[in-house]
Formats: sequence, C-alpha cells, structure tokens
Amino acid sequence: MKRILGFVIGLVVALSLTLLAGENPLDIFMILMRSAFGSMYDLGLTLSYTTPLIFCGLSVAMGFHAGLFNIGAEGQMTMAVLTAAAMGVLFPNVPFPLAPILAFVAAIFAGALWGWIAGWLRAYRGSHEVIITIMLNFIAAGLASWFTLNIIPNPHSQNPETAMVSANYMFKDYDLIARLFPDTPANASLGFAIFFAVLMWIFLWKTTWGFELRAVGSNPEASHRAGISEKKVQMLAMAAAGALAGCVALSEVLGSAGQYRIGFSPDYGFIGIAVALLAANNPLGVVVAAFLMGALHKGASDLDLETTTITRDFSRIIQALIILAVAAVQGYWVWKQKKGKS
Amino acid sequence: MEMMTLILSLFLATLRLASPLIFASMGGLMSERSGVVNIALEGFMLAGAFAGAAVGHTYASAWAGWGTALIVGLAIGALYGLFVITLKADQIITGMAFNLLVMGLIPFLTKIFYSSTGSTPPLLVEDRFAFEPVLMAFALVLLIAFWLYKTRSGLWLLFAGEHPEALQASGVSVRKVRWMGVCASGAFAAWGGASLSLFLASSYSPLMTGGRGFMALAALIFGKWKPLPTLAACLLFAFADALQIRLQGVSIGDMKVPIQFVQILPYLVTIVALAGFIGKSRAPKALGKEDF
Repeated sequence: MKRILGFVIGLVVALSLTLLAGENPLDIFMILMRSAFGSMYDLGLTLSYTTPLIFCGLSVAMGFHAGLFNIGAEGQMTMAVLTAAAMGVLFPNVPFPLAPILAFVAAIFAGALWGWIAGWLRAYRGSHEVIITIMLNFIAAGLASWFTLNIIPNPHSQNPETAMVSANYMFKDYDLIARLFPDTPANASLGFAIFFAVLMWIFLWKTTWGFELRAVGSNPEASHRAGISEKKVQMLAMAAAGALAGCVALSEVLGSAGQYRIGFSPDYGFIGIAVALLAANNPLGVVVAAFLMGALHKGASDLDLETTTITRDFSRIIQALIILAVAAVQGYWVWKQKKGKS
Repeated sequence: MEMMTLILSLFLATLRLASPLIFASMGGLMSERSGVVNIALEGFMLAGAFAGAAVGHTYASAWAGWGTALIVGLAIGALYGLFVITLKADQIITGMAFNLLVMGLIPFLTKIFYSSTGSTPPLLVEDRFAFEPVLMAFALVLLIAFWLYKTRSGLWLLFAGEHPEALQASGVSVRKVRWMGVCASGAFAAWGGASLSLFLASSYSPLMTGGRGFMALAALIFGKWKPLPTLAACLLFAFADALQIRLQGVSIGDMKVPIQFVQILPYLVTIVALAGFIGKSRAPKALGKEDF
C-alpha cells in the first residue's frame, strides 16, 4: 500500500511539473496512457520494454537480498548482449536449437563474470560495490564500443551496431508472443522473464541457498557466526545478479534485434533500480513493477511528437520522483514505527 | 627539451582536470563526515554545470555562473537533506534518484529555455575562467582541513559522523549539523560541475560529468575521508585522465591503440585504487545511520 501511495505521489508531482512548461498535466497523463496501451502495437512496444526491465529489476533485487547495491546491471547487460551478438556473428554455422542455447549460456556467463568482479572486489577487497559497479559500467561501454566498431561491425550500415547474427540464432519462427504483436520487438523472452521471476522466488524462499543469501543480506555478522560464508555469498549473489541482467541478451539479440546496437538501452539497468524498489525486491512484484515502468517509458516516447515542450526525457523525471516518493514514504513510515516503539 | 614541455603540459592538464574532482570530493567529504552517504554528487555536479553555464552565458561572466552554481548547489543539497534527514529516505536510493532526476530535469529545462534538448550556448573565451578554479580548489581543501580539525564547528561535523549520540548529549543538534554538511556538499559539488562547464569547457553538454561524481567519491574513500589525502587521490585520478587525453592516437609499434582502451583508463585506475592499496580505510562510524 505504502508503495502504491508513493507511486501515485511521485506521478502526480511529476505531472504537475508539466505546468511549468505550459502543458496540461491531465493531457500529458492521457498521452502517456494512450501511447502505452492505445493499440496492440503500442502494447507490444510496452511489453518489449517490460522484458529487459524484468531482468534488470530481478538483477538489482538479487543484489539487494544479499545486502548489496547492484548499480552495474547496465554494464552486465551490455557485456552479455555483446557476447550473444559476437557468438552469432563469429560462429554462424551452429545449427538451430543449439545455437541460441549456446549464445544464451555464453551471454549469461559474460554478465555473471561482470557481476562477479564487483562481488569479488566487495567481498575480498572491501571495495564499495556502488562505485565499482559504476566504473565497470563505463568500462563495459568502452569495451563494447571497441568490439562493435572494430571487430564485428555491421558492413551494411553506418549505424554503430554489430553485424546481424546468423538466422539460426533467433527463435522467431517459434515465437507465439511475437505473433500476437506483429511489427513490434515483443517476443517470447517475456515468457522467459516471468519464468525466471518465479524461479528466483522459489530460490529465495524455498531453498537453503536462498535462505543463506537473505540471511547475509539482513545481518552479515550473525550469518558469519552461524557458519555461512558471507563473502562467498556476496560474491555469488553479484554473479547471479550479473547473470540475470545478462538475460537481456534473450530479448535483445535472440528475440528481436539480432544484433548489439550501441545505445540500445535507455538505461534499463538504472530503471531496474526503480523497478526493484517499487517491487520491494519481490521477484513476482518485479514483473508488475517492470510493466508499470515499461508503460511509463513507452508512454513518454510519444511526448516528443504530441507536445511542443515535453520530451521523452520526461520519463526520467517521472521515474526519479516515483523512486523518491516511494523511498520517502517507506523511510518515514519505518522511522515513525520505530519511534513509536521506543 | 621536448620532454620538459610534455611533462609540464601533463602537469598543467592534471591540475585543470583535478579541479572538478577536488570540489566534488570536498562536497562528498562535508556530507559523509557528517554521517550522510552521498551518491548524488554526480547529479549535484550536473546541476551546477548546467546552472553555471546557463547563467554564465546570459551575463557573459563566469563569476555570475559560479555564484549561481553556489545557490543551485545549496538548494539541491537542501532538497537532498529534506529527503534523507527529515523524511528518512534510504540514502543510496535517494542519491541515485537525484542523479536520475537531474538527468531528466536538465533536458526539460533546456527545451523550455533554449528549445533544444542538449547543450547550453557557449561562452566566449574571455568570459571563461582562465585558471581561477584551480586556485580556489586548493584553497578550499586547505580551508576545510583547517576548519575540520581546528574549529569548534568543524569538530561538530566530525562528531556528527562518528559519535552522534555524544554530540546530541552535549546539546548540539545532530540534524542541524548534518543539514549544514549536506547543503555545503551540494554547493561544493555544484562548483565542481561549474568548473567543468565554465573552465574545462565553454558550455554545458549532456552528461558532461562522465562519472566524475563517482570518481570523486572513490577519491574520498581512497583518501580515507581526510582532506589532504583526498586531494592527493583526486590528483592521481586527474593524472590518469590527462594521460588518457594525451595517449589518444598513440601507437605501440605498428598497432594503433584503440581509443576506447585509452578512454577507460581513468575508470580502471579508480577500480585498482579502490581494490588495491586502500589499506584500512575506515568510514565515519555513523555513516548511513538515519536516526536523529
């Protein structure tokens, strides 16, 4: 309830800001709604934003459960998407069912590696994971740009993107979701995303490993005394977070675009933070929160066309204010309760 | 002789590039020593860079921009304080949200003021700073070092971050001290941004901080939350940055070093610095504790 209250407050404050630009907040809200859900095509695009946001939201949530703040989903995702594209370009002759599986496994390994670096540094060198993951984001962007432009560039295009993966890497022909939303990048990976959310829920609350992870997150010292190696858990949690962010390769390369395009992500990794926060780090809640944020993002994309002064960047303002409102409502609530008790 | 010119130019470039980092890390120091985590430095810097460049251009004066950055910095610092001190919002989440907010607000404002989503109009060369931010940055560090250890209010700041209970018991409001720390943090970080847009460049361009807010934070940790060691860390990171610019287009043998490899150098140095030689860097004891 508190989160919904925060969400509404954030949205209302953000919409009121449009008054400054001489727009009617209600009109803006209607444009957002229409652009997000107006037609099957719009809905398809909304869902195509939702899928990577689920993966990134799960990634951030995984970190949170272990008491770590994963700001690195963006970089982990970049490394994974690039890896999937590289597999598809460099090994074009792998036969169909094997090819996407291979690319997917390679991709989540790349993502996991990128997360693991941060986890290892945090656990064994005491480096602040927030700063490390942000630096790793910049490094991933640099490496990806080099690899894309110099090793596997697209020979048929001036855009900064890799060559197309070979056709046997894509599950297009078997994609029921893509058929429902023709001409949009929505694809079956949405199903995988929901499946992974359920899997993560089971992992966290029904397995010993999940319990250990949450124990480290809520009290590392007590877990240490209880014989849980908190360092190992932190390291593995970041690797798992990286693997989850790496799953974006499914929707981006294997499901829709078939290539890595520099700048394909409108900061999915960062919006994932908002998603995880809104969902209270509950994997199933992440699915719902990702859909809300995906809708906001798609909704804002039409603001460029339909208003004179408001651009798609407005979605950042909305997201930021929603995060702030949720965090403030949450924080104030907890503090009030604590005060009441003592 | 050529070697000397090279070293001299590298040295000067290091000083220039260090000034935004120094201001921002001193901003981080004010906040974190008072016990408030500040991941929002990047956003504060962007706000200062934008406000400084916009007003600096309007009045054709870098000092006008500098003054505006101060006011905007105090304001955004106060807003941050409202969320983390009064409303008890999670400090890291709030910090990230502030970064996001500023990144969204600036294009929103440029669209209204300049009907473009990107940069501000450039300042004339004679309206820009020539070297002043470098001097001011070093002066600020010395000032803070003196103030922190030699004055009563400086000790309050230290106690707010180490033993807030003791400070509270001696009749000083921890909340007030933290408010002051966070507002000063906003102001200094905004100056860091303004020294980017009024000194290193001539206008605001989108995301021009390029992670410097986080590097400033890394420098603060590397410098063990102490003014002079933090200054040294800033100089190290700035040196990596200066070297990076200098190395672009350099070849090793016949191999041209890819520009992207060179560009990631400062980020790599930051990671290595944090992971490698930090030794025992102990954060202020009450850092991130939200009571009071």
